[in-house]
Amino acid sequence: MATHILDEDFQPYQWLSEFSQQMPAGRDGAAASFIGTMRDYNDDATVRTMTLEHYPAMTQRYLEQLEKQAKTDWPLNDCLIVHRVGEVFPGEAIVLIGCWSAHRRAALDACNWLIEELKYKAPFWKKEQNQSGERWVESNTDGL
Amino acid sequence: MSIQVKFFASLRESLGQSETTVEQASTVTEVWDLATQSATPPNNLLVAVNLDYANMQSQVNDGDEVAFFPPVTGG
Repeated sequence: MATHILDEDFQPYQWLSEFSQQMPAGRDGAAASFIGTMRDYNDDATVRTMTLEHYPAMTQRYLEQLEKQAKTDWPLNDCLIVHRVGEVFPGEAIVLIGCWSAHRRAALDACNWLIEELKYKAPFWKKEQNQSGERWVESNTDGL
Repeated sequence: MSIQVKFFASLRESLGQSETTVEQASTVTEVWDLATQSATPPNNLLVAVNLDYANMQSQVNDGDEVAFFPPVTGG
């Protein structure tokens, strides 16, 4: 299990590849992942950059708690969460979640649960910068 | 007695402060009132005590850290 909060751009597919290469060959029959990236639009406005603020001590602790809970609720062999903070540009990754298990259902369901929990409870906040200024994102979309 | 108080995101900006200290309080509500000069709390206000989610009725103790923030929007 691993959680990382990064203040610079990261390559999610590279992280998945390198993380999974450390695992015992033949152990996992399933891997599920979610990658969230920054769009260049929101609510019909063009977004140039976004700043992700967080509550550092609580964020790290909360993500670790989520991983532990996922491993309790599903038979996961491993789990990875990576989240950006700081200034983010369109096309850059914001979040990566990876789940590995013997069979597909555990990996898929745990991955889905983790991203929903993270989006509704992990203490991160987005502020968008667009042509008319900047604005805080007031809420996440409802699981769309 | 000393309780560290933190504010984040839009709440930090609207209150004009990121952190302060409260000397005497027994509940989160009292911490809020002392730290904000009894500002009206937003309807969607979230609170954490010592890095765990709590509520306005939660008890606080000497040395606690209380954080107030708006709905989260990560991921």
